[in-house]
Amino acid sequence: MRKTIAEKIFEAHLRDTPSPENMVLNLDVVMCHEITTPIAIMDLVEKGMDSVFDPTRIKAVIDHVTPAKDSKTATQGKIMRDWAKRHGIRDFFDIGANGVCHALFPEKGFVRPGYTVIMGDSHTCTHGAFGAFAAGVGTTDLEVGIYKGVCSFRRPQTMKIVISGELGSGVSAKDVILAIIKRLTVNGATDRVIEFVGPVVEAMNMSARMTICNMAVEAGATCGICLPDRVTAEYLWPFIQGDYQDIEAAVADFAKWHSDPDARYIETIEMDVTGLAPQVTFGFKPDQVRDIGEMAGTPVDQIYIGSCTNGRIEDLRDAAQLLKGRRLAAGVRGIVTPATPKIFSQALDEGLIRIFMDAGFCVLNPTCGACLGMSSGVLAENEVCASTTNRNFNGRMGKGGMVHLMSPLSAAAAAISGVITDPRIYL
Amino acid sequence: MKEFGGPAIFLDRSDINTDEIIPAKYLTEISKTALKSHLLEDLLLDGRPFEARSPAMQQARVVVSRANFGCGSSREHAVWAFEVNDINVIVAESFARIFRQNMFNCGILAIELAKTSIDLLFAMQGNIEVKVDLQQNTMTALSDSPGQAPVTCAFQLNSLDRDLVASGGWLAFADQHY
Repeated sequence: MRKTIAEKIFEAHLRDTPSPENMVLNLDVVMCHEITTPIAIMDLVEKGMDSVFDPTRIKAVIDHVTPAKDSKTATQGKIMRDWAKRHGIRDFFDIGANGVCHALFPEKGFVRPGYTVIMGDSHTCTHGAFGAFAAGVGTTDLEVGIYKGVCSFRRPQTMKIVISGELGSGVSAKDVILAIIKRLTVNGATDRVIEFVGPVVEAMNMSARMTICNMAVEAGATCGICLPDRVTAEYLWPFIQGDYQDIEAAVADFAKWHSDPDARYIETIEMDVTGLAPQVTFGFKPDQVRDIGEMAGTPVDQIYIGSCTNGRIEDLRDAAQLLKGRRLAAGVRGIVTPATPKIFSQALDEGLIRIFMDAGFCVLNPTCGACLGMSSGVLAENEVCASTTNRNFNGRMGKGGMVHLMSPLSAAAAAISGVITDPRIYL
Repeated sequence: MKEFGGPAIFLDRSDINTDEIIPAKYLTEISKTALKSHLLEDLLLDGRPFEARSPAMQQARVVVSRANFGCGSSREHAVWAFEVNDINVIVAESFARIFRQNMFNCGILAIELAKTSIDLLFAMQGNIEVKVDLQQNTMTALSDSPGQAPVTCAFQLNSLDRDLVASGGWLAFADQHY
């Protein structure tokens, strides 16, 4: 008793305690993409350690720059491809099947409640939405994960955020997490796991839970985590139906991971989202957040709808709902990037792609590119982007550019009016 | 054990992120040395671009900064960009988790000091040289300015981080232990 979900996961995976502050955990899944993995692969090869701990537990994708934009990115892709082939890594996703890692891997059912997951990518915390401990790591941690199936962590403490109240129309998970980051600040959750609970979280679908867990790292958190429940079980059902008699059995089994009623938290924050306005960032830090009304009228040059934060089908539906029958404001560029091929197909079937195209948007294949200024939508100096992504750092989407983070609804409203606009006027 | 310390450069801002330390457009490189000339390329201090190619920066072996150093992306390229520029110690009020872990995983030192100590270091006059004593867990900042007394600060290093620095990083340690 007295354990949080994170502590239960740590206990079930503990391999070693190399110092009183550190724990080494056995890993269930090691995820890899072509930006941070090739140097790990090359180092392992160079040191004569080119092996993988378990090819079935390694999931790999080319997603940051795809299709390759130049010889360097082509080489990164080739290193991944050759490595996956050499080690029999079957869950490797290349052109035609690839998508943004934190959207693609969940829809493949790779993450389950109680799992430990690492990836050489800070937004790995997204997978905590499934009741897993999922943490972004650097290339050396990734390398050891690939080679040995373990990772070391300074034992994080858990803070609980209880989200209650009623989300208003036109206000979504992105607005909730931006408001939370504003309150916590960019390092308010460093070395902590954030457990997101309360009626608002319980009512959220997996897509919304992934959005809030995705940005936990913007407050410094090791991982965001939600308690796995019926929503989780229904999402995962196609992948787990062989393991359980029915959904009820899965829900009951998942409950074993739930934090104990007397679990101890380093901090508990109560948050009532009733009356919360759409949120938008204004500076170069993701905790610089204002109600959208305070930013209304700020001109934008580009709209970007996509990423591991908000490139899922629910996000595209939100944006398309506003864009239907409307057009981009004069002089404004619109880019939409469905996060995975499955989402792209769904968006086609539902007529969303037609709505985006009729509105004047450029529709891109699934990729991370523009979010971090690597490809496909880089800003010029002094340009401004209304973006559904997760970081507004100086230079993030292009040197000298300014990024305003917001929800898909708010991005669509900016697309229509050409300036930052409260989306609720279009509902 | 490797020696840590040398001439220090001061970056007077909190929340310096890894995009500023090494912009994402250089993440297509597959060698660490290719990052060398791009260290801190997008850093803004007081809203102005930082002079990343200055002689002081070229000579620096130690960086002193404020809170939440290395936040944002997990890219170890940020640590490598310091490493290939011969920076072997970063001293800050606090670090982002992944950056700090990447430092020790590469066998180089991330030293956390209380805000009062960081303030003392920033208040020092003259050119500063830092010496780190891993036996005593202290670091001393010495100035070339005659009127400026040295400042010595004690720091904590947990036993795993100490082992990583001694063994040259996490891969060597993990290969031996797991």
